[in-house]
Amino acid sequence: MSETLIDWKNPQRFSLTKVLRIIHIDALLLFGLLVLLGVGLMVLYSAGDQSTALIIRQLVRLGTAFFVLLVLANIHPDRMRDSSYILYGMGLILLVAVLVFGHEGKGAQRWLDLGFFRFQPSELMKLAVPLLVARYLAEYPLPPTVWRLIIGLIMIILPSLLIAKQPDLGTALLIASSGLIVVFLSGISWRIILGFITVCAAALPVLWYVMHDYQRQRVLTFINPESDPLGAGYHIIQSKIAIGSGGLFGRGWLEGTQSHLAFLPERSTDFIFAVIAEEFGLVGVGLLLILYLLVAARGIYIASQAQTSFARLLAGSISITFLVYVFVNVGMVTGLLPVVGVPLPLISYGGTSMVTLLAGFGILMSIHTHRRMMSS
Amino acid sequence: MLRFELKDHYRENRVVNDRLIFAAIFAGILFVVIMMRLTMLQVFEYEHFNALSDRNRVDFEPLAPQRGLIYDRNGVVLAENIPVFSLELVPEKVTDLDATLQELKLLLVMTDDDVAEIKQQIKHQRRFRAVVVRQRLTEQEVARFSVNRHRFPGLEVVGRLVRHYPHGALFAHTIGYVGRINQKDQQRIDEKSYKGTQYIGKTGVERFYEDTLHGQVGHRQIETNVQGRMVREIMNSPSVPGQDLFLHLDINLQRVAAEALGEFNGSVIALDPRTGGVLAIVSKPDFNPNEFVTGISRKSYALLRDSLDRPLFDRSLRGHYPPGSTLKPFVALAGLELGVVDESSSTFCPGWYTLPGKDDHRYRCWKKHGHGKVDFITAISQSCDVYFYDLANAMGIDRLHGFLDLFGFGRRTGIDIPSESRGLSPSREWKKRVRNQVWFPGETLISGIGQGFNQMTPIQLAHATATLAMRGESMRPRVVRAIRSSGQTELKLLPVERLGTLPIIDSKNWQATIDAMVEVVHGKRGTARKVGKDLNFIVAGKTGTAQVFGIKQDEKYDADNLDKKLHDHALFIAFAPADDPEFVVVVVAENGGGGSKTAAPIARKMIEQYFGVVPNE
Repeated sequence: MSETLIDWKNPQRFSLTKVLRIIHIDALLLFGLLVLLGVGLMVLYSAGDQSTALIIRQLVRLGTAFFVLLVLANIHPDRMRDSSYILYGMGLILLVAVLVFGHEGKGAQRWLDLGFFRFQPSELMKLAVPLLVARYLAEYPLPPTVWRLIIGLIMIILPSLLIAKQPDLGTALLIASSGLIVVFLSGISWRIILGFITVCAAALPVLWYVMHDYQRQRVLTFINPESDPLGAGYHIIQSKIAIGSGGLFGRGWLEGTQSHLAFLPERSTDFIFAVIAEEFGLVGVGLLLILYLLVAARGIYIASQAQTSFARLLAGSISITFLVYVFVNVGMVTGLLPVVGVPLPLISYGGTSMVTLLAGFGILMSIHTHRRMMSS
Repeated sequence: MLRFELKDHYRENRVVNDRLIFAAIFAGILFVVIMMRLTMLQVFEYEHFNALSDRNRVDFEPLAPQRGLIYDRNGVVLAENIPVFSLELVPEKVTDLDATLQELKLLLVMTDDDVAEIKQQIKHQRRFRAVVVRQRLTEQEVARFSVNRHRFPGLEVVGRLVRHYPHGALFAHTIGYVGRINQKDQQRIDEKSYKGTQYIGKTGVERFYEDTLHGQVGHRQIETNVQGRMVREIMNSPSVPGQDLFLHLDINLQRVAAEALGEFNGSVIALDPRTGGVLAIVSKPDFNPNEFVTGISRKSYALLRDSLDRPLFDRSLRGHYPPGSTLKPFVALAGLELGVVDESSSTFCPGWYTLPGKDDHRYRCWKKHGHGKVDFITAISQSCDVYFYDLANAMGIDRLHGFLDLFGFGRRTGIDIPSESRGLSPSREWKKRVRNQVWFPGETLISGIGQGFNQMTPIQLAHATATLAMRGESMRPRVVRAIRSSGQTELKLLPVERLGTLPIIDSKNWQATIDAMVEVVHGKRGTARKVGKDLNFIVAGKTGTAQVFGIKQDEKYDADNLDKKLHDHALFIAFAPADDPEFVVVVVAENGGGGSKTAAPIARKMIEQYFGVVPNE
């Protein structure tokens, strides 16, 4: 800590770069996040029928999330690695607890009421799974041996199954993918990857039988949304109408009719992308997607610059999972993927997912900003 | 197996970085795929989705026009739109529907059927659309509900404009009434222009001038949300109110007509012969048209429909009456014109007439002991039947029918009220066609005195009298005088419809006939001399007594021993001033007895009212 906050020889000069460096914040990543969050608030204002109360609640959440980001950014990646087993174990216990005492919301048991706040253990797992898998695989030289690979896969599958049981298939798949991304980055051979994909494809019919009715409904609706225009297909039909009617430049901010007249369901949460597409058009959503890519690119860069394999795998997984979220949400809203309850990262209205996301970026910043100190 | 390997950082880094690059490229591909998808939706399918989007949110709502008002010639309102209160229920705002309906049942005295019907209606409508619980609340009911209002959330008393006829029965047959559009009405209207309109003219002027009165439907384009509820108005093209009608009718004259006819069934019509304008037209018995507007109860309707007096029947336009002696001036004019008689020739009346060679059947004159020597003027002024038997016999039915046809007997006048009847002016051809019988000479005789097959509507008689008064100039009878478009103060007068001039060769014949009619009113022995008493202008008229009941040979008509329904009809036709006519009146009093006794005094009252004569009594 040789640098000081204020240059005493020239007290008028206040260096933001220095401040950020001291609190372990990556300026570029922070800038990208702030732009996305700003866009998000703007869209949320429109989608939420210009309710300032909604914006204030979202801002409070953002405050909490940024606090978590700041805390994590200042924790050395090695400390995170050390605590990975504890976090993962805690997560597993909580998931079981949810299945036993959990709170029901929209037909699924996801919440754990801890009295002062409600908590979704699956959110913890979003970070705990890649953390543990990255640690486990990076303990030995990469690529991992088949034995270690199998252990790693069990680490991934166990919580995923528990979450799928809640039932929350979307989150289960996302958590599984965040772990699998670690495995993928660890350099396992392409032959295993192709084999895995083949097995998954073969397992799809089996999956059909274990799925809940509402999940099957979603798949059927995805295949042919017009089959049930007022029921299950309603979401996707209205979403396509909203997006399509946006055209090249959109109707303009606050001018979207489909969203404001309540034709579009879940417009401030999972389907907020359709609101953006209606109001800002192809140009607007194109720019937004590029913004997402830039933020992810910074994350991938951070991963490539990381100094340990653990950090590299973790950072890579967090960045790519972030993009997966974006693509799954956009794919769902545009009718490319079945409807799974995945919010649009950093923009959708919602509490815990925001905290988890920014926590992930906190980890990225920690990895990046603790580099030099490690080498020194 | 214990394995110790030195970690090769460079190799590991390369492995992970390769995968990171691969992932980045893959993300780039996904980005391209998603952009392609978005381009497809937002550029290539834009038109399609934009259209769907508009359909999603835009709804058309018709705005019903306000119906035009109807005024009499003095500007007195005869048909107006007044607010009527109904109790409406919005299902989504009612917490406990069953309990609410039960309470309402007690409050408004409803039957179980009413409640069941309301429930049915609620089922078939959107939850936020109001359902009418009770039409036309009385003031008492409004008050009773208002006091208990707090107990009924979701219920509201709603005011709505409904047609009202302030003078009730006075114009029932002429103006008619409006009623709810039914399936039959739907066939005669353009569905589009009646969107939102609940009422349509069913009878009378209301029906004849439906297009004028109705106005043009407006539209409101509203933005709706997913439940179809209005969020905001996009466009509003207001409706154009219907045009107001100004009638020839004079409410004061109409009142006098109705009062003068009193308890008699029948009709009184007053025309302005110069324009054909109907100044008064009354048909009795009448009914209250207001009952029909919001739906008459089954019971009241049955009462009206099944009444022997047939109050719904418009006698002025549809009642068939033998004209009796009121036809005589027309027959006399025919005689002059066709050269069968002249003003100086006379006939001897012994009280009866026989056809040459058929002495066994006597055609009687109303005056049992005969009029003696009867000339043209006396024949009309004293209404000698024998003179007209002789005249008719000489003329023959073909010529008689042909001449009467000129005055429009047996044809519709084309008055601007629907459902006019044709009447019947008999002819040889008619009898062959309808009855498949030959014409008997005796039938010519009784046709000559307006009996037999002759059937005329009061409006036909009035129209013919007006044509006679105008010396052959014929105007179509009209109820509506002028039209006023909404928002304007200027009246647009409807043109007088001239039907033509009758081809009378010698115009002196007009004067001779009219002189004879003047004698009826002003002559010392005229049958209607009471009508002409103390007038400073000249009235021409003719009484008529039409037989309802055929009297056998050598039998005497005895009113006291006959059922009232079989009493003679009393008729009277008149116009004034005789030399410059501006007022025609026709009176038909069913079973009124004699024309001079019953019908003429009614006409006198009409004349007094029109000319402002103060009766000196």
